[in-house]
Amino acid sequence: MKQQAFLGLALVAALSLPSTATELVIVTVNNGHMIEMQKLGKYFEQANPGIQLKWVTLEEGVLRQRVTTDIATKGGQFDVMTIGMYETPIWGKKGWLQEIKPDAAYDVDDLLPAMRNGLSVGGKLYAVPFYGESSMLMYRKDLADKAGVQVPERPTWTQIRDLAAKIHDPKNGVYGICLRGKPGWGDNMAFLSTMVNTFGGQWFDMSWKPQIDSKPWRDAVGFYVDMMKKYGPPGSSSNSFNEILALYNQGKCGMWVDATIAASFVSDPKQSKVADKVAFAQAPTMVTPKGANWLWAWTLAIPAGSQKVEAARKFVTWATSKEYIQLVAKVEGWHAVPTGTRKSTYATPEFQKAARFAAAEKMAIDSANPNDSTLPKSPYVGVQFAAIPEFQAIGITVGQQMSAALAGKTTVDAALKASQFAAEREMKKAGYYK
Amino acid sequence: MARSRLTPTLMARTVLAWAVALLLFFPLAFLFLTAFKTELQAIAVPPELIFSPTLESFREVHTRSDYLLFAKNSVITSVVSTLLGLLIAVPAAYSMAFFRGPRTKDILMWMLSTKMMPAVGALVPVYVLAQYSGLLDTKLALIILFMLSNLPIMVWMLYSHFKDIPPEILEAARMDGANLWQEFRRVLLPLGMGGMASTGLLCLVLSWNEAFWSLNLSSAKAGTLATLIASYSSPEGLFWAKLSAASLLAIAPIVVFGWFSQKQLVQGLTFGAVK
Repeated sequence: MKQQAFLGLALVAALSLPSTATELVIVTVNNGHMIEMQKLGKYFEQANPGIQLKWVTLEEGVLRQRVTTDIATKGGQFDVMTIGMYETPIWGKKGWLQEIKPDAAYDVDDLLPAMRNGLSVGGKLYAVPFYGESSMLMYRKDLADKAGVQVPERPTWTQIRDLAAKIHDPKNGVYGICLRGKPGWGDNMAFLSTMVNTFGGQWFDMSWKPQIDSKPWRDAVGFYVDMMKKYGPPGSSSNSFNEILALYNQGKCGMWVDATIAASFVSDPKQSKVADKVAFAQAPTMVTPKGANWLWAWTLAIPAGSQKVEAARKFVTWATSKEYIQLVAKVEGWHAVPTGTRKSTYATPEFQKAARFAAAEKMAIDSANPNDSTLPKSPYVGVQFAAIPEFQAIGITVGQQMSAALAGKTTVDAALKASQFAAEREMKKAGYYK
Repeated sequence: MARSRLTPTLMARTVLAWAVALLLFFPLAFLFLTAFKTELQAIAVPPELIFSPTLESFREVHTRSDYLLFAKNSVITSVVSTLLGLLIAVPAAYSMAFFRGPRTKDILMWMLSTKMMPAVGALVPVYVLAQYSGLLDTKLALIILFMLSNLPIMVWMLYSHFKDIPPEILEAARMDGANLWQEFRRVLLPLGMGGMASTGLLCLVLSWNEAFWSLNLSSAKAGTLATLIASYSSPEGLFWAKLSAASLLAIAPIVVFGWFSQKQLVQGLTFGAVK
């Protein structure tokens, strides 16, 4: 492996003639699939001798800040950027991103429809999905069996609460259920939005009025806070994906509803003590199945200011192609391929065999529709967010209120009232209504 | 000094000193331990203090990142910005310490007040300036910014060092016919050496640790070790062991350097601006 990497590097060095090579600067986050892409970049460089890849890895928050500054000032520092499903439609509409027109060999129809819709504005594709995710339930089969409970394929929140009560055993270090509580629009609010959706709520009604003080919000948040106080681990209000992953992998969580990507971590014996004991089901529902599980994608996009559009297009279509997925499978095995993007991946028998969570993940992604994710009609796109620029600030403020309610620093009603007030002010200021 | 007997006050002081020292040292010790753990050991609660150490994280950092490029950038930016800063701060502090005007104190206060503005407040203008002058992702941009952000501290530290030098000595040199350069070279330099050394050392450490501007103004070429550390944080996945290994590699040179120059550093700080 090392020798291979060395040979690859030597080859790259030999091929990188400074006079002719186009240098592509790619900015990305430090997630497993991106690290893999970085390692396999040498294959792209071999096939395209005129292009040299330069990688910049940043922390997620810093990446958003850097990319926004660079786009807003037309800095032109990056030729390819990793952005999320929230930014893509907003930036695409503003003309900050190059439209991506892949050739026939790319087979754009093979992309999962949910993903393609979420990344398009007015039928134009502004970013290509590198890996996608939804949310689902991960639970300890051994504990559920011990409690004599058969978890259905699509459980309800009431069933989940009952099971949490049965397996909650803090004396032995096992908590009934672990859920996100750390404030942030991409942290606790990503999860809570799906819970509000399935309880029949929404962020804004058709006249863009915030609905945070409505009954579905009170029901959902009340249910969540009550359940977490009774059957959650201590300090839930500071837990997000990584914190819960750490707890889960040590066998301290009976259940966890979170990103489908977690499935590959919790079932990996190298990092999880409970790898052979996890089972998967769809995200729990309540009043409606609509919007019960989220939809997210890490995508590759090309900023409108890039001088190297052609080379950048070549790279983003390579990294999200069927061939790339085959390449990862060949080098690392089918368990390591980026999922949630293409129908063909899920149709591959080798993949189905290697990834126990494949079927549940595909079902979750297919059932998420960012254009229709709430029971009452909503004016916004997005399941666990509303793809408008103001949402980020609103999501953070509401997230802080919810986290405070979970920590017991305020009541659910007071938190919802304060959230509604803040959201109304923000939306009025932005001119959505008077 | 008849202090050899162990009085209760002395004992209390010793215990307190040890407690403070351990408290300050704890994060570093924890970082050191975590760097040699696997990711699963790194997240264990309660933390495992006894474990079989592994070099896995270091290997990973080594294969994934070009450590030497980042280290070279850190050395160049911190050393050059410190030298440039001294070049400007020494004459400034000299004139303020020995040729005080009615506004000297105000100027000093104003300089210090520039440190009170959060750096992010100036991000967009600085970014645009760097972009227009073609300095984005260059070491020169970082050198200039490190120097500028350290200048107020440098002038203040040197000013208080120089104030401790009796002006009569410099006057005497002038009476004997020394010109400005000779006055500096033969009188101020030997007398103020300690102050200059400690100021330089402190600024070197500050520049080495600077993260905000390095993260925001560099991308593929000019990143310092601070950006190397930041690249190991992950939104989806466990990363504490690898992050600790990268941090350890990043701070190792400056810790060793600080160890050897601690005498000057401590002297500079206790005799300097913060006495």
